[in-house]
Amino acid sequence: MATFNFQLGKLPPEAQKVRAEIRDFLARTLGGTSATKRALSWGGFDRDFSRRLGEAGFIGMTWPKKYGGHERSALERYVVLEETLAAGAPTSAHWVADRQSGPLLLRFGTEEQRQRFLPRITKGELAFAIGMSEPDSGSDLASIRTRAERVEGGYRVNGTKIWTSNAHISDYAIALFRTKVVPDKKHEGLSQFLVDLKSEGIGIRPIIDLAGGHDFNEVHFQNAFVPDDMLVGKDGDGWKQVTTELAFERSGPERYLSSIRLIIELIREVGAEPGERAAVVIGRLTAHMATLRQMSLSVAGMLQAGQNPNLEAAVVKDVGTSFEQEIPEVVHALLGVEPRLGSGSQFERVFGYLVEHAPSFSLRGGTREVLRGIIARGLGLR
Amino acid sequence: MNDTRTLLADTCARLFTDQVTPALIESAEKGAWPAALWQMLEENGLTLPQIPESRGGAGGAWGDAQVVLAACGRFAVPLPVAETMIGAWLLSESGLDVPLGPLTVAPVRPADRLSLTRAGAGWVLDGVAGRVPWGAAAGHVVVAADSDDGPMIGLVARGSAKCEPDVNLALEPRDTLGWSGAPVVTAALVGAGLPTDALRSAGALARSAQMAGGLEFLLSQSVKYVTERVQFGRPLASFQVIQHQLALLAGHTAAAGMAAQRAFAAMDEGDAGFEIACAKIRTGEASGLGAGIAHQCHGAIGFTYEHSLHFVTRRLWSWRAEFGAEVYWAALLGREVAARGADALWPYLTSR
Ligand SMILES: Cc1cc2nc3c(=O)[nH]c(=O)nc-3n(C[C@H](O)[C@H](O)[C@H](O)COP(=O)(O)OP(=O)(O)OC[C@H]3O[C@@H](n4cnc5c(N)ncnc54)[C@H](O)[C@@H]3O)c2cc1C
Repeated sequence: MATFNFQLGKLPPEAQKVRAEIRDFLARTLGGTSATKRALSWGGFDRDFSRRLGEAGFIGMTWPKKYGGHERSALERYVVLEETLAAGAPTSAHWVADRQSGPLLLRFGTEEQRQRFLPRITKGELAFAIGMSEPDSGSDLASIRTRAERVEGGYRVNGTKIWTSNAHISDYAIALFRTKVVPDKKHEGLSQFLVDLKSEGIGIRPIIDLAGGHDFNEVHFQNAFVPDDMLVGKDGDGWKQVTTELAFERSGPERYLSSIRLIIELIREVGAEPGERAAVVIGRLTAHMATLRQMSLSVAGMLQAGQNPNLEAAVVKDVGTSFEQEIPEVVHALLGVEPRLGSGSQFERVFGYLVEHAPSFSLRGGTREVLRGIIARGLGLR
Repeated sequence: MNDTRTLLADTCARLFTDQVTPALIESAEKGAWPAALWQMLEENGLTLPQIPESRGGAGGAWGDAQVVLAACGRFAVPLPVAETMIGAWLLSESGLDVPLGPLTVAPVRPADRLSLTRAGAGWVLDGVAGRVPWGAAAGHVVVAADSDDGPMIGLVARGSAKCEPDVNLALEPRDTLGWSGAPVVTAALVGAGLPTDALRSAGALARSAQMAGGLEFLLSQSVKYVTERVQFGRPLASFQVIQHQLALLAGHTAAAGMAAQRAFAAMDEGDAGFEIACAKIRTGEASGLGAGIAHQCHGAIGFTYEHSLHFVTRRLWSWRAEFGAEVYWAALLGREVAARGADALWPYLTSR
């Protein structure tokens, strides 16, 4: 049986220094932000905030300086992530680009693509969307059908992407298309593209979520043209690239901190001298959160050391999303208050937001079932 | 893990694989003291890994103790290794010599109280402590007691107490010891460096490592079993429900291991109150869930005495309640967190 490699990660002094800096930045920038706004966690979209964060040097932290990066360590970056999440900063306008699209271009992109996109990402100017899922391809991502056919100077794209978060307010998407149909080999013939979302032939239709919000979209491609220089990596290498990208997507502190605002507001709600039951609940949640933080930090340490912590990242996401999903349930069991939307106290509204959004935590970025399959493979069961 | 700890883990694994057979555990369950095994542990320096050499220990750190205790949990070693380490630590940190042989500690339950009173040049011990691990079998009992001078650590010899023997679910001795004017071997004020609840928190720390080790056993044993067992013409491992159950067990095992690791590291850094509470809560919770999954995956065979799964699951069910169960530590931690205030939660967490 393969065993996990969770070793204690220790934050170096530089990282502690970065913590003080980012805390100071967040305190200055977010000052009067309400608890309900902060509860949106990494769902909050605010280009102005992202630009200021970029200006302050907190985006693209580990990337080479020649692309506008700051050549800091993965652990320094980690501290910035956990601080922005804990503060409930609106990070969504740069989150995907910083976490996933930028690193993808660094790994597989052309020099020209890096020079063109990375500096603007680090300035917090470019928002990216992820175009993977399709109406008939969710967990079975390799079954996607959207076709990109070779034409003079580029590709002609037809098909539909779905659940594309922020497509309507982003600049680009990194999208996975089928460039070649290889019978019985669905992992082959896939390629990734940088897609300018303002291009002709792209229609973006909102999908309203159960909370009445508009975050994700259906994206239709009708003879949309994507030029050659927007192909990421090699034609046909898309699957390999996507799985690399998913490792970035699954390893961060966003996979256990989405509900932290509710814990904070719960502590405020029960006061400085809570009753026995409330104390037990708060103590237990704290213990879980502290442990998850150590696990997540451990993965960051492995990334920093150049290891490949795919399995450990899947474990953190599975345990982490179960935890963040449990928090509204625990609050309900303890207090029995009604979750509210636009009315009621700040606490009731933070609670309402998280009750409604928690179901998505174990879907986005790969479902719980898919992650457990990855862990089971790591255990040698398949 | 550093090299010496890897070596230590290998030593434990080798020794316990050879020595801690089902027959040995069964005979311990019937009340026999595994003297030869104890002697081997002592000779290999495994009973006092974190005690200074000047007091007869191996001169290592709590991180070394964790390695040994995790192995004791994984192999269900039927000896008071944890209790000896804690007892020796209380003595040594209070400036007292550590006697050879197995130790235990009292009181274990939050409500039990012991007191030391001056008698001539020495001290005498009074009070009753329930559920003392190996209370009758250990050579000495290290007690945490009140006195007119303040909280003290004392050492009493086996036989100094009136003993009512009892056991836990795993048939490990959990005796009630009653002292009435019993002479002590040595006593001193609690060492200045020790926290006020040193005995209980060190006990919780030790149990967290044992439970994390026990969970590792449950995971590897369950993976092995479902890979070998065939039903409906294929190994159980090929069924997705089984894979998902074991992935869940793997998550709890990883979390328990991480929480325990952090607590032992904090102990070596000098202040581990918060981390011990977290570790006892997290490993205790994982133990209940983990035992459930392991038994489910094993089917009926795992529910037999014949099969060795229960040597660990029965221990996990008992250990999670000792030295303060999850609910005890969670209430303590929750009150502290609430007293600091909502906005201090994150800064406090990251300061640890
Ligand atoms: C809030 C949110 C934001 C998202 N943002 C994006 C985005 O920006 N870009 C993007 O491309 N996608 C996005 N997604 C889509 C997300 O990646 C998919 O929802 C996810 O991959 C699951 O696909 P599905 O919804 O089609 O469910 P399905 O694949 O149809 O699965 C339904 C259920 O069946 C289970 N299941 C499926 N296959 C198996 C199997 N083999 N074994 C066991 N169980 C199985 C699943 O685990 C799930 O429980 C987002 C989703 C959400 C909820």
